[in-house]
Amino acid sequence: MIRLEKRPSPSKAWTYATPLLAVLLTMIAGGILFAILGKDPFESIRTIFWDPLFNAQFASYSRPQLLVKAGPLILIAIGLSLGFRAGIWNIGAEGQYIIGAICGAALGLALYPTESRLIFPAMVLAGALGGWAWAMIPAILKTHFRTNEILVSLLLVYVAEQLLASMALGLLRNPEGGGFPGSRNFRDYPAAANPELFEGTGMHWGVVAALIAVIFAYVLLSRHMLGFQIRVTGQSPRAARFSGVSPTRLILVCMGISGALAGMAGLFEVTGPAGQISIDFNVGYGFTAIIVAFLGRLHPIGILLAGLLMALTYIGGELAQLMLGLPAAAIQLFQGMLLFFLLAVDVLTNFRIRLAKREAA
Amino acid sequence: MDLSAINPLVLLASLMVAATPILLAAIGELVVEKAGVLNLGVEGMMITGAICGFAIAVETGSPFLGFICAAIGAALLSLIFAFLTQFLLSNQVATGLALTLFGLGLSSLLGQSYVGIKPPATDKLHLPVLSDLPVLGPVLFSHDLMVYVSLAIVAGVWALLKYTRLGLVLRAVGENHDAAHALGYKVIRIRIAAIAFGGACAGLGGAYLSLVRVPQWTEGMTAGAGWIALAIVVFASWKPWRVLLGAYLFGGVTVLQLNLQAAGMAIPVEYLSMSPYLITILVLVIMSSGKGRAALNAPAALGRVFHASS
Repeated sequence: MIRLEKRPSPSKAWTYATPLLAVLLTMIAGGILFAILGKDPFESIRTIFWDPLFNAQFASYSRPQLLVKAGPLILIAIGLSLGFRAGIWNIGAEGQYIIGAICGAALGLALYPTESRLIFPAMVLAGALGGWAWAMIPAILKTHFRTNEILVSLLLVYVAEQLLASMALGLLRNPEGGGFPGSRNFRDYPAAANPELFEGTGMHWGVVAALIAVIFAYVLLSRHMLGFQIRVTGQSPRAARFSGVSPTRLILVCMGISGALAGMAGLFEVTGPAGQISIDFNVGYGFTAIIVAFLGRLHPIGILLAGLLMALTYIGGELAQLMLGLPAAAIQLFQGMLLFFLLAVDVLTNFRIRLAKREAA
Repeated sequence: MDLSAINPLVLLASLMVAATPILLAAIGELVVEKAGVLNLGVEGMMITGAICGFAIAVETGSPFLGFICAAIGAALLSLIFAFLTQFLLSNQVATGLALTLFGLGLSSLLGQSYVGIKPPATDKLHLPVLSDLPVLGPVLFSHDLMVYVSLAIVAGVWALLKYTRLGLVLRAVGENHDAAHALGYKVIRIRIAAIAFGGACAGLGGAYLSLVRVPQWTEGMTAGAGWIALAIVVFASWKPWRVLLGAYLFGGVTVLQLNLQAAGMAIPVEYLSMSPYLITILVLVIMSSGKGRAALNAPAALGRVFHASS
């Protein structure tokens, strides 16, 4: 009979080891999955995790992609992690990402073809504001009407997707696009574009912002009063209340930061790698970022590493699709499995496993 | 715009069909939440049920077998959630999200070869006398069997929770798991059974979408139906008959906006399409605010982790 015994405090060693263990278990389970699909499991895993970085043929294309994909994931996950730590569940980052992209892009497109250095920074600000405003809807409904923020933020994703379709087909459509859906391409409008900063690195302003967010979050959590309040609320909401933390303020701040970061990520994506507002420019980073946040143990440095790893599975997945004909959905499933395994092995952090004789129940 | 093109009778009849998937998922989730477990993976279980039911129905030619397998498939998926939350004591919110992400991936993997196929038709019932009634006949009594099965499940859940010992134990587990444990009830076993029941219901709801409502398989076809089902449980203040009311209200909104789209209303299609989500949010806000707020009726142990110390 296996029995769980609660640890007095979470194990330090397992805190670091569980994400690695989860990745390992996912690789094994993923290998079995790929074998069932009729692919060589070892080759599949190598194609996903090794080839994008070290294969001479693909690395030159794949390595820059790593930063391109990791940038938005890290940026969104950092924002989400602050709320998750305090038990505030913003799971509608995908919606905030879309609205941020729409707001920022709309500002840029309105100013077309003006040339000014200020346009791009203003667009970033508009994107952040858009995401912030979209996140404020569930936040204010939560603080004023005690409405469940999980459901509201998630339902708003579907609203945002419809709004995006309407924008791509209507207001923001390229007037010179011959009636095709989608906005002007930002590559043709240098003042509003978000190009690669250094040739062949994949580094764009979104990646820079993600790195700044990591440092900002690290300092916030370890050195700032707000970070302390977030951590206390997560561990014991009652104790936090007694120590003078205002739950209302914390909800507004956490939701606001995560919304603003997601909105910025959307703007960087739409002006850079995606290039234009189109019906389906969003590829689910807002949801994958939830996995990234948990895989990174809600810690800024962890999220940085987890974001890179998750970006690797995206790129490796594309490569495996190309080389081995592995279905795209298999990678999505693989990412889902990772979160499952992570939550499963987390038990080792908080509990000791004891083998005990069966007692009289 | 031509509003006269909308036939109120057809509207009412299709309302029941539109509401059934959400009704099934919501009544299942109600039982889960009554047992004190918050399973946010309804969307993932629904879409897994949708593809399981669709695939089996296409392969065997029998929609009936499709529905059975949809329920089994989604219940199996929900057991992953049960294992993680009940034995490994993981966070229910995070695990539910994981279930949704996993289910979406699993379903699109399973469904690759089923895109663009038509499923075998599910027969509509023809009840003697009842179906031939004027007005009421076509509106209430000429649907397929699943519509009535869903109503029977609602009635069954209501009777179970209100009148049976099992229902009382289930509610006790949901209100105070420590007390229930002290009385000798198997908290974990009861919760796992409730989770599997919720999974089976969500699977039926998903299969109803892919086999009857749409009927076709497309990736991500549930489009938030699982989340709306979760919202309807809150709207219903955890009461079975109110789940029925909520689901039918929501079905009405969906059908109405689809009809307005077809009638060429001056509002763009996208804004009509977002209306069910917006109305769900609005209803949530109304229900969760004020003195008689729904949350007061929530099971007290909802979402809390149970770990027997001895």
